[in-house]
Amino acid sequence: MDDLPEKKDPKRKPKSGMSRRNFLKISGVSAVAPFAAPLIAATSVLEVEAQAATGMQGPGKVPVTLNVNGKNLNAQLEPRVTLLDALRDQFELTGAKRVCDRGTCGACTVHLDGKAVYSCSVLAIDAQGHQITTIESLSQDGKLHPLQQAFVDNDAQQCGFCTPGFVMACKAFLDHHPNPTMEQIKHGVSGNFCRCGTYAGIRAALMQAAKTAKGA
Amino acid sequence: MQPFEYTSPKTKEQVPALLGNSWGEVEILAGGTDLLSLMKDYVTTPRRLVNIKGIQDLHAVNFNPDGSVRIGALKTLAELAETPELQKSHPMLAHAVGDAASPQIRNQATLGGNLCQRPRCWYFRTGYGLLAKDKDGKSLVPNGDNRYHAILGNEGPAYFVSPSTVAPVLIAYQAKVRILGPQGIRELPLEKFFLVPRAEQEREHDLQPNEVVIEVVVPPARQVHAAAYEVRQKEAFDWPYATAAVALTMNGNTVSNARVVLGHVAPIPWLSPEAAQALTGKPLTPATADQAAQAAVAKAKSMGRNAQKIQLARVAVKRAILKAGGVA
Repeated sequence: MDDLPEKKDPKRKPKSGMSRRNFLKISGVSAVAPFAAPLIAATSVLEVEAQAATGMQGPGKVPVTLNVNGKNLNAQLEPRVTLLDALRDQFELTGAKRVCDRGTCGACTVHLDGKAVYSCSVLAIDAQGHQITTIESLSQDGKLHPLQQAFVDNDAQQCGFCTPGFVMACKAFLDHHPNPTMEQIKHGVSGNFCRCGTYAGIRAALMQAAKTAKGA
Repeated sequence: MQPFEYTSPKTKEQVPALLGNSWGEVEILAGGTDLLSLMKDYVTTPRRLVNIKGIQDLHAVNFNPDGSVRIGALKTLAELAETPELQKSHPMLAHAVGDAASPQIRNQATLGGNLCQRPRCWYFRTGYGLLAKDKDGKSLVPNGDNRYHAILGNEGPAYFVSPSTVAPVLIAYQAKVRILGPQGIRELPLEKFFLVPRAEQEREHDLQPNEVVIEVVVPPARQVHAAAYEVRQKEAFDWPYATAAVALTMNGNTVSNARVVLGHVAPIPWLSPEAAQALTGKPLTPATADQAAQAAVAKAKSMGRNAQKIQLARVAVKRAILKAGGVA
């Protein structure tokens, strides 16, 4: 892939040529043209009315309330801010890690209503009204959660960067599969990468945590 | 990511007017697992996002007494995979949605989004456009790194492969897709939904910019023997090299009707009438499965670095047929 020719339109930088104000001006002009599109009708020059009618938000900052680990947290965020960036940059919850930022590696895994999701692939504004759970909520009174303890006991991390995402992925899996088989573990926790290669330790930790939860 | 304005309509009737009449200005946000990545890479730069997840009736799934099922476009892959009735009525579909991507993706990604996800072609994903052309309008793919590109329907100008593993399964089941636009709802067979773009500003499907996929209708499959086979580089999170989905109607050991659909081999899910014809009226044996698999790839052409995909597609078809017929 090294010898590719110059890209005709790299689109690498945000387009700065069109401000919202200008966009609306253009829309206003076009609205009287014979081919007036619904897009234009919905963003009429009467910005306030249009917003009220369609509930349009942004592109500037808007108030966002997120329920994180049982607490309501407020921030002013642009609609383009991901849940991951909101957690890390606004609420200083830096357990979820920003690694690939493309929904591939799993280091940003958090729970949305008890289900594991990539927080880099969810918009913060879209996470409103859901219960968000992060790695920060797991240990209680300075005592590790049994799953975290199982990671320690089974040497399930090396550099540790993937660990918070892995623990959250494992937690969601365990909540839904209290008696897992090794096959179920391989399929059910297949959305996270560990570049140190501690997969065997992580699977063993999951098995131990499942047994601990049953009181064995 | 470029800034955008954001809206969450509560009824599906509001959607077409919010979408506008040209591609690229507005995007529909459902699961977002593909869209947000495309936006972060500036492959897609919408000025508005229409989040349709607040529209409750697009989350429904209804099983009808005749054995058919209507699935709302917003049903997530995980929800579908865990639906016991679907595991019974359309096991090949339940398996396909439960095996796509990763657990985290399946919790977010929707059925409608799976059908509308953009190609994985690395020229497209790095900003060379859907048709991957250079400055002089010449495609980079035929002489480039085309190891994952099309082996069927690859006469150009599109050389990418259709990315959905679920679409071939639904097409084998003869599913229909329901689409809402400004004039109301239209329905078409899913195989007609996918189109090969002829120009850069066209898309890979029959949607108009102001239309939205609202529902997938899958006919009854109680009498159908169906199975899919995927060839992947790795078991976990990946798009396959080649897949085949097969639905057979049997009369004893004789195939009375067959649908064979290949995935990841062409710019659209590839329905193979040649393979179906090779099976129809024949007893289901490894030999007939092999003949059908040969027929499926008879017109396949390597572009230089993807010759291995012809063999992989052939094997996928043969194994899917044998699995569907209970021979393997």
